[in-house]
Amino acid sequence: MAATKASKEQKYDRQLRLWGDHGQEALENAHICLINATATGTEILKNLVLPGIGAFTIVDGHTVTGEDVGNNFFLSNNSIGKNRAQAATELLQELNSDVSGNFVEESPDKLLDNDPEFFHRFTIVIGVQLPESTCLRLGSVLWNASVPFLVCKTYGLLGYMRLVVQEHTVIESHPDNALEDLRLDQPFAEFQNHVKSYDLDSMDKKDHSHTPWIIIVAKYLEKWFSEHNCRLPKNYKEKEAFRQFIREGILKNENGVPEDEENFEEAIKNVNTALNLTKIPSTVEDLFNSEQCNSITSQSPSFWVMLRAVKEFVHNEGNGSLPVRGTIPDMIADSQKFINLQNVYREKALQDAAAVSKHVECLLQSVGKPPESIAEKDIKLFCKNASFLRVVRCRSLAEEYSVDSVNKDEITSCMDNPDSEMVFYLMLRAVDRFYQQHSRYPGVYNYQVEEDISKLKLSVNSLLQEYSFNVNIKDDYIHEFCRYGAAEPHTVSAFLGGSAAQEAIKIISHQFVPFNNTFIYNAMSQTSATLQL
Amino acid sequence: MHDGQISMCCVSRMAVDGGHRDGGCDWDGRWNHVRKFLERPGPFTHPDFEPSTETCKILVIGAGGLGCELLKNLALSGFRLIHVVDMDIIDVSNLNRQFLFRPKDVGRPKAEVAADFINSRIPGCKVVPHFKKIQDLDESFYRQFHIIVCGLDSIIARRWMNGMLISLLSYEDGVLDPSSIIPLIDGGVEGFKGNTRVILPGMTACIDCTLELYPPQINFPMCTIASMPRLPEHCIEYARILQWPKEKPFGVTCLDGDNPQHIQWVFERSQERAAEFNITGVTYRLTQGVVKRIIPAVASTNAVIAAACATEVFKIATSAYIPLNNYLVFNDVDGLYTYTFEAERKENCSACSQVPQDLQFPPSAKLQEILEYLTENASLQMKSPAITTTLEGKNKTLYLQSVKSIEERTRPNLCKTLKELGLSDGQELAVADVTTPQTVLFKLNFTA
Repeated sequence: MAATKASKEQKYDRQLRLWGDHGQEALENAHICLINATATGTEILKNLVLPGIGAFTIVDGHTVTGEDVGNNFFLSNNSIGKNRAQAATELLQELNSDVSGNFVEESPDKLLDNDPEFFHRFTIVIGVQLPESTCLRLGSVLWNASVPFLVCKTYGLLGYMRLVVQEHTVIESHPDNALEDLRLDQPFAEFQNHVKSYDLDSMDKKDHSHTPWIIIVAKYLEKWFSEHNCRLPKNYKEKEAFRQFIREGILKNENGVPEDEENFEEAIKNVNTALNLTKIPSTVEDLFNSEQCNSITSQSPSFWVMLRAVKEFVHNEGNGSLPVRGTIPDMIADSQKFINLQNVYREKALQDAAAVSKHVECLLQSVGKPPESIAEKDIKLFCKNASFLRVVRCRSLAEEYSVDSVNKDEITSCMDNPDSEMVFYLMLRAVDRFYQQHSRYPGVYNYQVEEDISKLKLSVNSLLQEYSFNVNIKDDYIHEFCRYGAAEPHTVSAFLGGSAAQEAIKIISHQFVPFNNTFIYNAMSQTSATLQL
Repeated sequence: MHDGQISMCCVSRMAVDGGHRDGGCDWDGRWNHVRKFLERPGPFTHPDFEPSTETCKILVIGAGGLGCELLKNLALSGFRLIHVVDMDIIDVSNLNRQFLFRPKDVGRPKAEVAADFINSRIPGCKVVPHFKKIQDLDESFYRQFHIIVCGLDSIIARRWMNGMLISLLSYEDGVLDPSSIIPLIDGGVEGFKGNTRVILPGMTACIDCTLELYPPQINFPMCTIASMPRLPEHCIEYARILQWPKEKPFGVTCLDGDNPQHIQWVFERSQERAAEFNITGVTYRLTQGVVKRIIPAVASTNAVIAAACATEVFKIATSAYIPLNNYLVFNDVDGLYTYTFEAERKENCSACSQVPQDLQFPPSAKLQEILEYLTENASLQMKSPAITTTLEGKNKTLYLQSVKSIEERTRPNLCKTLKELGLSDGQELAVADVTTPQTVLFKLNFTA
């Protein structure tokens, strides 16, 4: 057992550095359903099997054809004539012995007819190359069962993804460029006391040059406050004056020439961001105002209980601010000064988290749940990420497709530019319509290409009419879609394979933020767009 | 780059084999998906589009995260003649994304295992492996390819490859001969970010034209490491840079990042150092990450970037569509984000502009200053430049680091002024470096 754990640590090392052991654990507990082992499907699954998901089940009623093998790495010409789910499972399973692969030789429509609850067991269902009717049926079942659904399609040189999840909470969003939480505009008591312990004027040169810039800015802010009626430097002019004020504090040698004090240069450089007002991000304010936060019940997921506790904290101990994050950036300083300063922030963060914990306890008690239901370490993680919390809510497919609730504004405004990626969304919808009517896709055989152009145009017009979309779709796109002949070229499948797999990993691990809710990739121009439909 | 120019490229007539030639290993319908793009005209296809049946020879550089994906993508797009170069052997930590390798392959050369896998999974495709450094192969090797696609993890290697393709360009009366251009598709990944670019050497922005896009690696200052650690990383660098060379544990001079015993030693020393300064956070994983400069990696990003690269190879080989012009950036940390732009050529690029680089220094400047400029300037970022010149008709090495005896002999030159070294205004200096296969010419321009 120990040997396997160590070798898994080695094997997964490069990805553990991105989502940590707890993220990996979530992956290993996941069971993913893939519907249709086409090239797109197997490419998506490959990128989930390699990082070590617990299990997968492929649902596919199709028999492997020569065409299938031509673009699919996980089918071989030996598999021609076999069931596609079974054939693909063998070659995907072979990628990673930690993963358990299963297959069901059945079409999703049959399963929906006979046993729709089959799909309830999955962490996420990924549907590939599904016709519209199957998609909508499945979408409804999964929505009611709160199972996330990721719809993917490769059509010629286009990739399409649609995420359908009612409510997806993210504590660890890992933002790329997060602002530091230093509280220089509203220093807490322990920080103020710590700053008091420094007397810049009486320090020797070594100490002076190795005082952390945060202390320097705090000291000078105190002086500025007393001279400016307790107001922070507000505009460019005042900030410039403040920077100059700090610059004058740089030690000078016997000839009056300023010494080389990098810590002071750091302070000056950081004035702009240091003076940012401590504020609760609007995303978090919105969450505080949501229904789920304000009505905590025994059914409330821990995310909402913790959020409510943080809201209580903000209105009490926090004096209008979130719990202190507790981290500071590296800066020029001697070890002791830096560590001491870091500890001031760390201890404050611990204190704030403890206060939040008390609120969590109260809330749990009020709904009859034991205080241990939410672990201390989870509360600490939540507090540390309080500024970065995100909740993604996608509209259902029913809402997207219903004439009453279709997002007409988004569609028509995007189509002000007739070459925007929105045209591909509309064409994919039109192509689905064509399939419904003719039980085939346009232009699959060479002889069909020309004659299907007019038929597809009818489908396009019927779509636009039904939804009253007052937009114009250029004939070029209709021609191009006939030309595609519902081809599934491997490189486009592979692009979608990587994209979809990572979105699935985000859903499973609750780390990083999933897209909302439609993604279109255009391999012709190598551009993409995310639409909310 | 204008549409017209790409039609001048020799590649406009080349194409993927659409399944018409070697019918022996093809089964019914095998290439149906690909043929729709080769055989059918359409409104968005390239003006010069003409279906063709010649075969295209592709070179893939790297058989790692991007390389495995590239080989699969190219094979399943119909390319039959593919060479792959990689100097590495397989490690356990590769297995989370380099899907052509299995636990039993650990220790074997990546290029060979990758080639074997593709050749057996994709009948009719012939991948030829080269277990070598790119620098071990010469002009005559690279010249045989129609398109080269890179999946490298090193900026130095990219620049070398870039320089090699530029050196293959031929000019007649100052006009570039299009048949000497070998398109270079370059892919790079790091965690959840990646990029793909199309380079037509001599015509579009090359790697060195946009060197500023790769900011130099930041190393911690020595005084921090030696006397003022604050972060766990500082403690690890202390053990690696200062303690290891001093104590030479295991009787060995070279610290091997792949040797768990070595990492364990560094880890323990780092913990001691951290304890001394009350620093928390030193872990085995962090230690390994710092010592080996590990870049986190996942299968998904490699898949996306390699797919975008292979799509461009297909477009260029078949003229089916206008290629990417010329740089794509991808990031899926928050949703999925792509951005496409045209990187511009630099007029005085040290690699592709054919213009001797300007060196502006006073005659009283020391050679050391020139050395520092060559390594620190953001547009040059040389690693260990060797500087030579011609004095009194003879070739003279001013400074060279890579050979110990020559380094010792030429070291005193660093403290001498340019005047003392006998250099004059307008003097040409030839600089060699690992970042380029050809020497770069500089012209001394004396300032006051």
